[in-house]
Amino acid sequence: MEPARITATDLACRRGDRLLFRGLSFDLNGGEALQIVGPNGTGKSSLLRILAGLLQPFAGKVERNGEVALLDERLPLDSDLPLGQAFAFWNRIDGAGYRAEELRPLGLERLADVPVRYLSTGQRKRAAVLQSNARRAGVWLLDEPLNGLDVEAAAQFQARVGGYIADGGIAVIASHQPFDVQGLTKLHLGDYAP
Amino acid sequence: MRIVAALLRRDLAQMFGSGQRGATLLPVLFFIAVAMLYPFAVGPNPELLARTGGGVIWVAALLAAILPLDRLLARDIERGYFDQLYLRGIAEEVVVAVRLLAHWLSFGPPLMLATLPAAALLGLDSETLRTVELGLLAGTPGLAAIGLIIAALTIGMRGGAALAGLLLIPLAVPLLVFGAGALATGGSGGIALTAAISLLLVAITPFAGGAAIRAAREG
Repeated sequence: MEPARITATDLACRRGDRLLFRGLSFDLNGGEALQIVGPNGTGKSSLLRILAGLLQPFAGKVERNGEVALLDERLPLDSDLPLGQAFAFWNRIDGAGYRAEELRPLGLERLADVPVRYLSTGQRKRAAVLQSNARRAGVWLLDEPLNGLDVEAAAQFQARVGGYIADGGIAVIASHQPFDVQGLTKLHLGDYAP
Repeated sequence: MRIVAALLRRDLAQMFGSGQRGATLLPVLFFIAVAMLYPFAVGPNPELLARTGGGVIWVAALLAAILPLDRLLARDIERGYFDQLYLRGIAEEVVVAVRLLAHWLSFGPPLMLATLPAAALLGLDSETLRTVELGLLAGTPGLAAIGLIIAALTIGMRGGAALAGLLLIPLAVPLLVFGAGALATGGSGGIALTAAISLLLVAITPFAGGAAIRAAREG
């Protein structure tokens, strides 16, 4: 992983004719994690999409060093294919990252023959976790990552993110649930509402 | 190149794969059904059928092009494929260009093949059949391109599928005029013009489609 860094300067976000937040700045280096907290509708998901480069900020700019991975509520896998074959497409795109030893920590190795549409909510989430960052991008954006995970899976996922940060990655987590990783700073999006 | 191969492989598997269960076959069946019903509607006069049959095949091909529009892009957008590919540095233009190739392969050649039984049903002579086939070879890439542009522009619109059908018809008129017009003149001029329009449409589709997909993110 190349040394990752993400810097946001004076960001503002407008959706429709509503200004969601403004004057938002932060600077994250490898090994750091940021949790964005705030009530529904304050622009947590929009902020992540701006950081990913998928949305243009209304004002301000984002500078990134390193690749960005995004985990959101969607599962980009073909629902009629068995999980193994659906992963095979992303393996061809990413070049690596979907072998049995990479499926095992997420408890997916025995689901390779199960069509994606038969997976449970938690299994779908775990598949999305692997798909979002099998290529080990330097910045991992997580939009409500604990939704749909049971207590045990949630603990395992937080440990996974912890390991990723320890390896020099940056995690930005948008969640209203408590998230437990080392060195996590919190950002209250409500403080930046106009 | 590895990326393009991976994308094309998935697109073709999606279009011809078992998961779709004949969705690709539907436009072809629709196309043959029109050719089958037409003689019942206008009567079995061989002269009339031979004179109008080529035009009917063109109209049927145009209408068949509407059928697959709603599954060309909408599902991939919904599932976040384009976002995830963008994050991996793969431009929307590349994905759309590959999708266009796959869409044409699933639609153009099968339709040209189905023209053979359709021509037999309508009693077309071999000269007319040749002109129709050449015209379809020149015109179906353009029809596929129009379809993909419309599918990209109607992303996220409620009732997009119905709107897409209405939008395709006027845009496809130039292709129809020159493609079916070649039948009346019997010349290659009409086919050359059809090919020129197709080429232009195919050239702009990746850029128009890519821009529409990016614009839909802001919506």
